[in-house]
Amino acid sequence: MIELRNVDKWFDDFHVLKNCSTNIAQGEVVVVCGPSGSGKSTLIKCVNGLEPFQKGEITVDGVSVGGKSTKLPKLRSRIGMVFQNFELYPHMTVTDNICLAQEKVLGRGRQESEEKAMTLLTRVGLSDQAAKHPGQLSGGQQQRVAIARALALDPIAMLFDEPTSALDPEMINEVLEVMVELAEEGMTMMVVTHEMGFARKVANRVVFMDYGEIVEDAETEEFFGSPRSDRAQQFLSKILHHI
Amino acid sequence: MTFDFGVIVDALPFLIQGLGLSFLLTILAASGGIVLAVVLALMRLSGYRSLSLISAAYVNFFRSMPLILVIFWFFFLVPLIIGRPVGGFYSALIAFTLFEAAYYSEIIRAGIQSVSRGQIAAGYATGLTYAQTMRFIVLPQAFRNMTPVLLTQGIVLFQDTSLVYVVALRDFMTATTIVARNEGRLIEMYVFAAAVYFVICFAGSLYVRRLQRKHGR
Amino acid sequence: MEYNWDWGVLFREPYFGWIIDGIGWTVTVSIAAWIIAFTIGSVVGVARTVPVRWVRSAATVYVELFRNIPLLVQLFLWYFVLPEVLPREWGLWMKREMPLPEVTTAIIGLGFYTASRVAEQVRSGIEAIPRGQSMAGYATGLTTVQLYRHILVPVAYRLIVPPLTSEFLTIFKNSSLALTIGVLETTARSRQITEFTFQGFEAFTAATVIYIVITLTVTAFMTVVDERAKIPGFITGGR
Repeated sequence: MIELRNVDKWFDDFHVLKNCSTNIAQGEVVVVCGPSGSGKSTLIKCVNGLEPFQKGEITVDGVSVGGKSTKLPKLRSRIGMVFQNFELYPHMTVTDNICLAQEKVLGRGRQESEEKAMTLLTRVGLSDQAAKHPGQLSGGQQQRVAIARALALDPIAMLFDEPTSALDPEMINEVLEVMVELAEEGMTMMVVTHEMGFARKVANRVVFMDYGEIVEDAETEEFFGSPRSDRAQQFLSKILHHI
Repeated sequence: MTFDFGVIVDALPFLIQGLGLSFLLTILAASGGIVLAVVLALMRLSGYRSLSLISAAYVNFFRSMPLILVIFWFFFLVPLIIGRPVGGFYSALIAFTLFEAAYYSEIIRAGIQSVSRGQIAAGYATGLTYAQTMRFIVLPQAFRNMTPVLLTQGIVLFQDTSLVYVVALRDFMTATTIVARNEGRLIEMYVFAAAVYFVICFAGSLYVRRLQRKHGR
Repeated sequence: MEYNWDWGVLFREPYFGWIIDGIGWTVTVSIAAWIIAFTIGSVVGVARTVPVRWVRSAATVYVELFRNIPLLVQLFLWYFVLPEVLPREWGLWMKREMPLPEVTTAIIGLGFYTASRVAEQVRSGIEAIPRGQSMAGYATGLTTVQLYRHILVPVAYRLIVPPLTSEFLTIFKNSSLALTIGVLETTARSRQITEFTFQGFEAFTAATVIYIVITLTVTAFMTVVDERAKIPGFITGGR
């Protein structure tokens, strides 16, 4: 479904992504982890063309992301994305946040969009917050709305960029629960996260990055059981054994 | 010496007419200026070097000119270009609109930049185009953030309209001066003009401050 | 559009002399007014932030008064009204003996007006300094005066060089209003040449170029000032 082949990216003369390749099959859940600054957020943003890359190729459902004739808006509308800082539109109500792209990108009518929004809000447990503005919600609630906003476009895959990093600890689970449910339904997911519990529970594979390279790309059990590289071992011991 | 404020009462209809023209010029020039300014700001931030340069040149050009000189320019140019006299009001309106656009565009540019890049990414991520992202996500937030500054600039513009005095267009300032000279009552009339401008502009700035407090900033 | 070009007009006497004269007055009025504006503006700006209520109020009244009346009206008040409402002898002196009455009035009017804008910049500079700085100053035993003298004011001025640059540029542009009370500065001269020769294009272009050159010169000068004034590694929080 999502294929990355030898992707290289530079910010001016800083080499952020080095020869990155991986595959995500339909229905697969892949967690991308690594130290901060390792390029994992940049990598996931390349998948829907939010960040340009200079070398290599990324295809989503057979469509090349960097291709000259590719209509990025159309492609993006088929890939849902959830951001670290939610990025809900503060000047719109929760419902309008979910309806905007349905109406403007997919051309759905108002009524259909609202019904869809309501169904999804019910699903993430927020049907009573539909008329509020994002600023009136907690972080966990905002992130669940953001997930609903992405799902409203009936995406074929979902990208999560550190979806719980900006949340207070007590709100992390309400977001992870929604994500677990989504994974169990068979959604193709690429998730940048430090939540190793989540990775263990739902990920099929784990991709470990460091200094812009994909250092390890392994089945989940293999990764946590016996990581091959030293860097992954060090990373795991730091993240699993903090006080 | 004696003060005679009766002269103001007698001239009131004439003065109010002048004030009407001041307001009309302010509102029209502000609306036109803001529309043009949005275009300039988007050009500046477009990422296309040539568009960005044109916009920067326009803004810096007008910002280095005194408004009076711009007014003189357009009173000289507009009839010459059109080939017949068009009346001072249109020349003044064009001058003020083009001049104010330079100042408004800097405000709007800052407003657009005050919207976080994540918001733009979120718009793109759901498949919105550049134009849609600007129209539905960035500009509404930018304008909300900018409203106080835009209004303050509007108050400055209202004060600036007094400069049409130099081409004798009959705004409030010119009307005041005509009465002052005809009746030989300079003191009363100029003190009155100062009071009127002060009340309007001060009330405006109080309103802006209330707005800022409501936005919690 | 019919127009007879004649760029030579700018270099013929008396017009060439007029232009040079105009530049002289533009620069003189602007710089003299800036000195007044900077001095009064600094005092008023600091006064807006001090912990003494009546001082703050007086400074606020100054700023609101001068900011909410158009400069043109203020010039007329200084020029036409003030001599009449002052005690008789003073008024007579202003009208008869004050040297260069138009220029002097323009300088004072422009200076007092711009002072209100400078004051606002100084105030916002002082307010941009984190409150912890004041507390740190007081904690080491500084008095309020010492706190302002050694910490708040020096830091504030470094922070506000860019907005002060823009005020300094504005004063050159605003000096053109002096023509309304008869000062023959650059803009007035360009119009005078237009009226005498009908060569508006040439005359107004000359004035435009002069103002652009002034802007570029002042900007270059202030960039140097800003570089010198910068505090290494200091970033203000918030905005």
